[in-house]
Amino acid sequence: MAGRLTSIVDLERLRDEILAKRQGRRFISVSNGSDGRTRGSWEVIRAFVDEIEKQGLEKEVEVKSTGCHGFCQMEPIVLILPEGICYVQVKPEHVSEIISKTLIQNEIIEQFLYRDPVTGQGITHESEIPFYKGQARLVLGNNRFIDPWHIDDYIALGGYSALAKALDKMTPEQVLDEVKRANVRGRGGSGFPAGIKWETTRNAPEKIKYVIVNADEGDPGAYMDRGLLEGNPHGVLEGLIIGAYAIGVHEGFVYVRQEYPLATENVIHAIEQAEEYGLLGENILGSGFDFTVTVHRGAGAFVSGESSALMTAIEGKVGEPRPKYIHTSVKGIWERPSNLNNVETWANVPLAIGRSADWYNSIGTEGSKGTKIFSLVGKVKNTGLVEVPMGTSLRDIIYDVGGGIPNGRRFKAVQTGGPSGGCIPEQFLDTPVDFDQLTELGSMMGSGGMIVMDEDTCMVDVARYFLNFLSEESCGKCIPCREGLRQMLNILNRIIEANGKEGDIELLEELSEVVIDASLCALGGTAPNPVLTTIKYFRNEYEAHIKEKRCPAKVCKPLISYYIQPDKCQACLICLRNCPAGAIHGGKGLIHWIDQEKCTKCGVCLEVCPPRFDAVAKLSGEPVPPPLPETKVIRKRVAQ
Amino acid sequence: MKTVTLEIDGKKIEAKGGMTLLEAARELGIEIPTLCYQEQLAPYGACRLCSVEIIKGERSRVVAACVYPVEEGLIVKTDSPRVVSIRRMLIEFMLAVAPRTKVIEDLAARYGVEGTRFEAEANLCILCGLCVRYCAEVKKANAIGFVGRGISRQVAFLPEIASKTCMSCRECFSLCPTAKIPRETDGVCFLDLTVDDFLSRQSK
Amino acid sequence: MTAVDEIVDRYQGGKSALIQILLDIQREYYWLPKEALIRLSERLEIPLNQIYHIATFYTAFSLTPRGRHQVMVCTGTACYIRGAPQLLHKVEEMLKVKPGKTSSDMRFTLITANCLGCCALGPVMVINGEYHGNPTTADLGHIFEACE
Repeated sequence: MAGRLTSIVDLERLRDEILAKRQGRRFISVSNGSDGRTRGSWEVIRAFVDEIEKQGLEKEVEVKSTGCHGFCQMEPIVLILPEGICYVQVKPEHVSEIISKTLIQNEIIEQFLYRDPVTGQGITHESEIPFYKGQARLVLGNNRFIDPWHIDDYIALGGYSALAKALDKMTPEQVLDEVKRANVRGRGGSGFPAGIKWETTRNAPEKIKYVIVNADEGDPGAYMDRGLLEGNPHGVLEGLIIGAYAIGVHEGFVYVRQEYPLATENVIHAIEQAEEYGLLGENILGSGFDFTVTVHRGAGAFVSGESSALMTAIEGKVGEPRPKYIHTSVKGIWERPSNLNNVETWANVPLAIGRSADWYNSIGTEGSKGTKIFSLVGKVKNTGLVEVPMGTSLRDIIYDVGGGIPNGRRFKAVQTGGPSGGCIPEQFLDTPVDFDQLTELGSMMGSGGMIVMDEDTCMVDVARYFLNFLSEESCGKCIPCREGLRQMLNILNRIIEANGKEGDIELLEELSEVVIDASLCALGGTAPNPVLTTIKYFRNEYEAHIKEKRCPAKVCKPLISYYIQPDKCQACLICLRNCPAGAIHGGKGLIHWIDQEKCTKCGVCLEVCPPRFDAVAKLSGEPVPPPLPETKVIRKRVAQ
Repeated sequence: MKTVTLEIDGKKIEAKGGMTLLEAARELGIEIPTLCYQEQLAPYGACRLCSVEIIKGERSRVVAACVYPVEEGLIVKTDSPRVVSIRRMLIEFMLAVAPRTKVIEDLAARYGVEGTRFEAEANLCILCGLCVRYCAEVKKANAIGFVGRGISRQVAFLPEIASKTCMSCRECFSLCPTAKIPRETDGVCFLDLTVDDFLSRQSK
Repeated sequence: MTAVDEIVDRYQGGKSALIQILLDIQREYYWLPKEALIRLSERLEIPLNQIYHIATFYTAFSLTPRGRHQVMVCTGTACYIRGAPQLLHKVEEMLKVKPGKTSSDMRFTLITANCLGCCALGPVMVINGEYHGNPTTADLGHIFEACE
């Protein structure tokens, strides 16, 4: 505990002290975010702490409970620093071996290394793992070195030096200009330039203004902001304080969804620590600038991510959007100018200020600068948080970083931009990912969810999924959004239930246009996007559902049947015993068959049929062959 | 507030700043259809029937006239094909929710909408919010409110309050454009639509 | 209702703290009893209809008591395309409860979540705070059996 820092010299002195104390020490960094914990990372940390104590290594080695390192698939991840040795999927029982071999004898333990899926070779260092190789983890990378409960870890990495620079060497106008020059664009959705937004709030006549961190990350399949706020809350706070200084604001909010308890806990703790250190509160670092932050928990509503709805929620009211004809930057919380940016945007600010706008501009594309974090999920081998320079192609992200599609399946589409975004097909895989390119394809960057879909995904079903989500998440106030989405959902439901009609696709398009044009807020204004992009790129799938009553991906239950292929069935009784509907007939030595009337299409038979028999098939758009009751199995020699 | 000059359907108007497009159009005698709008209540912008097209420079977009403020140099079209097709669709939506109600049938006739392509889900309430807002803003009674969200949103009486205040008031009866309130309530609660009914339906 | 008063006092009676107070009441009782809402309306001088609107708007709130064991199936996009619908269907069948509902013996409440952010595990089911990635039918049987 350093006490209150009253000047920039104080901060630098503290940094020197922390670094001096750490000279020659080694660190065991364990990825202990929300997802790591679901895979037992706490137990691993406890085992390390115990073992280090047992071996009397407390002086030489320190265990760090850090936020997410990004490679969720391989959690819990253990990183030994400064060497960068990386062990994956570590269990508590591995710990004593890691200590005695790697830490004491400097020996690499082959079996705990990440294995290259192509060569099968173990990879020693984190930086050489293909998942990390193609990344540029300027923002997220710090997670590895920081225990979010220890502000000293952030300071040791140079944390708060951008704030010090801003307060000491720059006027608020200069900070604003630098952010504008860096062209930091909003990472939460539309990619609006942050500097221009800041300027609007700064220039608004009202004296009391606010800044807000939007941590209401509501896109399903996206958790970049959670990863940042959990793992490096000070990085976000530093950006916020710099923004407050530039805009001329003395009060800020962090709006975090209650589904993220760990992020909430960590950011509250970080605020307390920053207050103790004099980095928040009155007279920050002796500069005369005052700024306080309050945390506000969201109670679960996707529409709250919309800026005016979020601000109404901070006022304690129903999170309904307001007609935004006067921008929230001018009239926001309690009608006062309020500047809102999402977590990742704020986390980019210290980079642009601390280094420089020129440096920041050297990364990315013409219109999109810096890096972007994506949550790469779905049907992809390497699931996790990925940070790449703007302009990296979808192919590089999905295949080089993500390792491609698992189980030998074929890529079908990647969904970006959350429920407001769209599905991008294979022919556009070489598109460089930036704000403008994705919009051109009818999708959008959004907050950074990237959901990979393979040939087993039905695009009509995906469209229906998002429409269902949005019709529940809409606030329900305006007619075009509420009734429009209700009718669009009805149509998609009937297409999936084999009742699709000629003209349904056109009606969906007509409805989309009205919902987009006439809705009150951006939720309705973008809600039809998943439908429109799937119609645009996968119209044949819609047509197959409507005209042939066939689901090409064999997903839509009313359009599929389960069938036991008589030539493959070995009468093993497994499916028969497991069928919850009692729909499977046959017996010992007799070929099994499914009573289609009784079948609920739960898929258990397919799940339990031994792969070496592979007898259960899904059919769609073709009649189910009649059963062969009482037919004896002719056993074949099955190759093992 | 200073005045601004704008053009609505080809007619120039000098309007007081802060006025809405709807008010300015009405001053010109241009009729824009409305449903959730009521002079004595705060503008709400929910029914979107008053959607109009505005043109600023190269860009055109659709806004709700009842909430959009007048702006210098704005060109407004209250009856463009884009606006009319929006209104026609909104009427189709409302015909599905509230068939055979005079206000909506009149609107349908005016816009030549012969029927709805959507399945009737008649519960009569189009959630214009006139009852809720009148009860709160004018009567300050708050005996009726919104519950739920998205496609589950509805209005519901609060019996605790309604039993004390509604019998002597009933002013929302005539406000309701689809006459759901006079048809389905005794003023204390909807026949099956109190807050408690809503909740018990949700938990079953 | 002293618990409600204590929570309100913590926020110094500010109307803008309504949602925060409701979250705390929900955490205290696992649901929002009607009496608590009426008390809150009096204390904060906020009309009851507005409180009901908020309480029925946000998914964090429940206006009916929940079961002893909360089963949550994530239906976020990543889980969805990895088979969350099938998982949800199985869980519904096994527990005989529909999403959003509580079994009549108050043993289980089944809810869905829009994304829990642990997409690498998907499809995910959480029961009493414990995460299960892609559980098989047999796994589910063992898990539910262990719940009294």
